[in-house]
Amino acid sequence: MERQVVHRAKEAFLSGRTRPVEFRLQQLHALQRMITEKETEICTALKQDINRSQYDTPLLELIGIENEIKLAIDKLAEWAAPRSVERSLFTLRDEVYIQPEPLGVVLIIGAWNYPWAVTLQPLVGAIAAGNAAVVKPSELSEYSSLLLRALLPRYLDKDLYPVVTGGVSETQELLRLRFDHIFYTGSSTTGKVVMEAAARHLTPVTLELGGKSPCYIDKDCDVRIACRRVTWGKFVNCGQTCIAPDYILCEPCIQGRVVECIRQTLLEFYGADPKCSPDYGRIINQRHFNRIMGLMEGYTPVVGGQSDSSQRYIAPTVLKDVPPQSRLMQEEIFGPLLPIVTVSDMDDAINFINEREKPLALYIFCTDKKASKRMIEETTSGGVTVNDVMMHYTVSSLPFGGVGQSGMGRYHGKHTFDQLSHQRACLVRKLGMESVNLARYPPQDRRRARRVRMALKSPLIDMSKRTLIWAIAATVIGFGLFVTLLVILLIAAGLNCTCWYWRGFYNYF
Amino acid sequence: MDTQRQVVDRLRSSFRSGVTVPEQFRKAQLTKLMSMLKENEERFLEALHKDLAKPRFEAVLSEVDIVINDLHVTIANLSSWMQPEYVSKSLATKLDDCSVRRQPLGVVLIIGAWNYPLQLLFLPMVGAIAAGNCVILKPSEVSAATDRLVAELVPKYLSQDCFAVVSGGAEETKALLQNRFDHILYTGSQNVARSILQAAAVHLTPVTLELGGKCPCFIHGQVNIQYAARRLVWAKFFNAGQSCVAPDYVLCSMATRDAILPAMRQALEEFYGKEPQKCPDFSRIVTPRHWSRLMDLLGKTSGKVVVGGESDQEDKYIAPTVVVDVPEDDVLMAEEIFGPILPILTVESLEKGIDFINSKEKPLALYTFSNDSSAVKEVMERTSSGGFCSNDGIVHMTLPSMPFGGVGASGFGNYHGRWGFETFSHHRACMLRGWALERLNSLRYPPYTETNLGWLRWTASPNTTCSLM
Repeated sequence: MERQVVHRAKEAFLSGRTRPVEFRLQQLHALQRMITEKETEICTALKQDINRSQYDTPLLELIGIENEIKLAIDKLAEWAAPRSVERSLFTLRDEVYIQPEPLGVVLIIGAWNYPWAVTLQPLVGAIAAGNAAVVKPSELSEYSSLLLRALLPRYLDKDLYPVVTGGVSETQELLRLRFDHIFYTGSSTTGKVVMEAAARHLTPVTLELGGKSPCYIDKDCDVRIACRRVTWGKFVNCGQTCIAPDYILCEPCIQGRVVECIRQTLLEFYGADPKCSPDYGRIINQRHFNRIMGLMEGYTPVVGGQSDSSQRYIAPTVLKDVPPQSRLMQEEIFGPLLPIVTVSDMDDAINFINEREKPLALYIFCTDKKASKRMIEETTSGGVTVNDVMMHYTVSSLPFGGVGQSGMGRYHGKHTFDQLSHQRACLVRKLGMESVNLARYPPQDRRRARRVRMALKSPLIDMSKRTLIWAIAATVIGFGLFVTLLVILLIAAGLNCTCWYWRGFYNYF
Repeated sequence: MDTQRQVVDRLRSSFRSGVTVPEQFRKAQLTKLMSMLKENEERFLEALHKDLAKPRFEAVLSEVDIVINDLHVTIANLSSWMQPEYVSKSLATKLDDCSVRRQPLGVVLIIGAWNYPLQLLFLPMVGAIAAGNCVILKPSEVSAATDRLVAELVPKYLSQDCFAVVSGGAEETKALLQNRFDHILYTGSQNVARSILQAAAVHLTPVTLELGGKCPCFIHGQVNIQYAARRLVWAKFFNAGQSCVAPDYVLCSMATRDAILPAMRQALEEFYGKEPQKCPDFSRIVTPRHWSRLMDLLGKTSGKVVVGGESDQEDKYIAPTVVVDVPEDDVLMAEEIFGPILPILTVESLEKGIDFINSKEKPLALYTFSNDSSAVKEVMERTSSGGFCSNDGIVHMTLPSMPFGGVGASGFGNYHGRWGFETFSHHRACMLRGWALERLNSLRYPPYTETNLGWLRWTASPNTTCSLM
C-alpha cells in the first residue's frame, strides 16, 4: 500500500505539474486555508493527544506554520529564480547562474510533540521547492495523525501530497522505498535507523534530533527575569520540546534564588495546583510517563514532584544539586523535570558543556555581552539564544537545525526551500568566439598554456546587476567629471588664448 | 607510526584546543598549502605522469591551477565569509541581535579518487581548512605515486597536529571509517558510497558524496559542427575519458551523427596527431584492471567502432574511440564508461532525447549542443543533473563561484570556493536578547488570554513592518 502511494506521488511529480510557480502558490494558499478554517479541530485533536491548551496550540504551532506559508507565498518567485554568480575571464560572455530545482519525492516523518509544526513546516518548503511529499505523522499523536490524513487530501493535491499513517512497521515499509530526500524529526536513535535506510538508496537526509540543551544562568544577571523565561520554556508542552532548556547550570551561591524564582513563577503561571490549570499539559503516553518518573528515582525534588498516573500528570518539578553522573543527566529528559547542576564559574560551565554531545540548543543568561560572546565562541550547538529560551526558533531567517548528535541539515523559511532543492550549476555558452577556446586544446605549448591559465584565473568578475549598475554609474560620473574638467580647462585656456589672440591681433594691427 | 585511532584522537584534541579557529591560523595553513603546490609542482606532475601518464598541460590545469585558484579566492574572501551574517527579523524580535555564525565542525575526513588525485583531495581540503576544521586526507591507493608524495609533503608544510594523511587500501579505509568524524567527503563510486553512508550513520556523521553516472551529451538541431566537435572531443578525451564530468555518450539525429563524425576525426587528428599513442598530450588508463574492463566493453558491444579502437595492453593505452549504432541496452550503456570510448546513439527529436535522458539516473553533468537557445532551455528545464553546460563540456566546474556536486544517484552536497566553506561549517543560529521589554515577553506566559494571543500573532508575523524601524 505504501509502495503504491509513493509510486503515485512519483508519477504525479514526473508529470511536471509542480514545476510552475503558480501551482506551488495555489497549493500553499490551500494549505493556509486549511490551517485557518480547521484551527478548532486541530486544537481539539491536540487536546486529546497531549492535553495542549487552546492557546498553546496557535502559539506554539499554528502561528509558526502560518508565518512560514505567508513568507513562502511572498518570496517564492524570488527563491525559485536563477541566482547569478561571479565569472572568470573565460566565461565573461556566458550566462552563469545557479538554478534551484525540485528533488522529486520527499518523505517527511513527523514527531508527536508538535505534530503539526514538524510535519507542515517542512511540507511548506517541500511544496515551495516544487517537490511531491509523502507525509508520515507520528502514530503517538493519534488524533492529530488521523485528522491530518482526513484534512490534507481535501485541500491539497491528493496524489502529490499523500498522508501515510501507521506505526513502526508502516514506517519501516516506507523506509525500504526510494525517496529523493528524507526529512526526519525525532530521537537520535531512530535518526540513525533512518540514515542507514537512506544509505541503501543514497538518499540525502535532514535529521532534526534532540539532546540535552544546557541553560547557563550567570550569578550576576537578573535572576528573576531569567527564571521567568526559563520556566516558560521548560514547562510549555509539559517539557516535551526538543529545544526546551533540559537542565540549568549555575553557581552554588545563586542556586537557592533560582529555585525560589522558579517556584514563584510557577505559581504565577499555573496557580497553586498546576493539575487544575487549563494551561498545563500532560505526558504523551504511559511509557514516557514511566520513563520520566524513573529518572527522578532516588532524588527529592525541591519544587513539585507530584504525579497522577491515571492522567499522565507530572507536576512542574525542580531538583537541585544534581550530580552529573545521575540518570537525569544521561539522557534527554523530555518532560517537566528541571535539574540544576552547580558549576564553579563560566569556564567550568563551558567545559561541562563541551564534554558532552553537541546539543540542539544552548541558552545563556548573562548581562556581560563580552562573556556571552565568549561562551558562544567556545562552545557549539544547533542554535543559541542569549537571555531567553527557544526564541531563535521563531525567526524564519535563522536556520534551524542540529549539529553532531543533535542532527544534520537545517530548515525554516528560505532554508527549507534550499534544503529541499537541488542547486544546479548552469553555464550557458554559445558556439562562437572559438578563437578564445583554441588555447586550451592540444597540441600544447607554453604560450597556449599561459593564455588558458590567465583566462581561468581569479579574481572572479562579479556580473550581478547591482555591481554592473554601480560600475556603469561610477564610469559615467567619472567620465562626466573628466569632461567637465576638460571643458573648464579649454574655456580657461580658450579665454586666455582668445585674449592673447586678440591682443596679438590688435598689436599686429 | 601512529595507528589510525591515534591519528584521529590527536586531531580531535588539537581541534578541542581551539587552535584551528582563529582566522590567522586558517590563512597561514592555506598559504602553506599553496606553497606546497607551487614549490613542488614538478614533483607532482612527475607523480601524476607515473600514475596516469597525465599530460603536463592537463595536470597543470586540472590538478594544480584549479586548486591554487580556489586558494586565492578563499584566502581573499575568508575574512568576510567568517563574519556573522545578520538576518531580517519580525516585529517581536526587532531589537534583538539575530545572526548566523559559521563554526567549524571538528575532524573532517576527505577520501580522494585516482582520476584527479590532487584536485579531488585538495579542493575539498581548502574548504575544510577555511572553515576551521582538522582534516584527515585519505588519497586513493590506485594513484600510488601521488599517494606517496602527498603523504610525504603534507606533514612538511601543514601543521601535523591538525592535518594528517592516512594511506592504504579498502581494508584500511574500512577500519578508518569505524572512527567518528564530524563530516566525510567522498569522491568515487556508488557502491563504495553506500558503505560509507552506512558507516557514517552509526555516528550520525553528515556526508558529502561526489559520485558519477553517465553524463549525456545531447546535440540537437542546427549546430556549428566544427566547434561542437572540437569542444566535445576535448571534454571527452581529456584524461583519456577518466573524468566524472566527461560526456559519457552522445545523443543526436542520424544526420547530425553523419555530419559530426568527420569533424570529430579531424579534431582528434588536430589534437593528438595520427598516432595518439605517440602524442604526449594523450593520457593512459590508470591500471591494467581498468584497461581490461574497458577492452571488455569494446569487445562485447554490438555497436560499430568507426574511429580508433586500437590498444596496447602493456602501455595501458586505448586510442580515442567512437562507436556508432549502439542500442539502448548495449553493454556500453549499462554503466559509466570512464574511458576514451564514446558511443553515439541516435534520437530523431528533442522530445525523444529528453525522454531518453530522463529514463536514466540523474547524472553529474548534462551537456547540450545547439544554436537554438530555446531548445537548450527546454532540455535544461525538463531534465535534472548535478550541473549543466551548453555548447561546451567540463568548464562549468572550473568556476569557484559555482557549487560542484551531484543529485540523485550522482551524489549530494557540494563544494568549490565558498560552497566548500559552507559545507564544512555549522551554520549556528544566534539570537542575543536584552533584559528589557519583559512586559512584551509576558504576552506569551500563562495564564493565557485571547487578547495576548492576538498581540502575539501580530508581532510575530513576517509581514508586519513598522515605519520607525
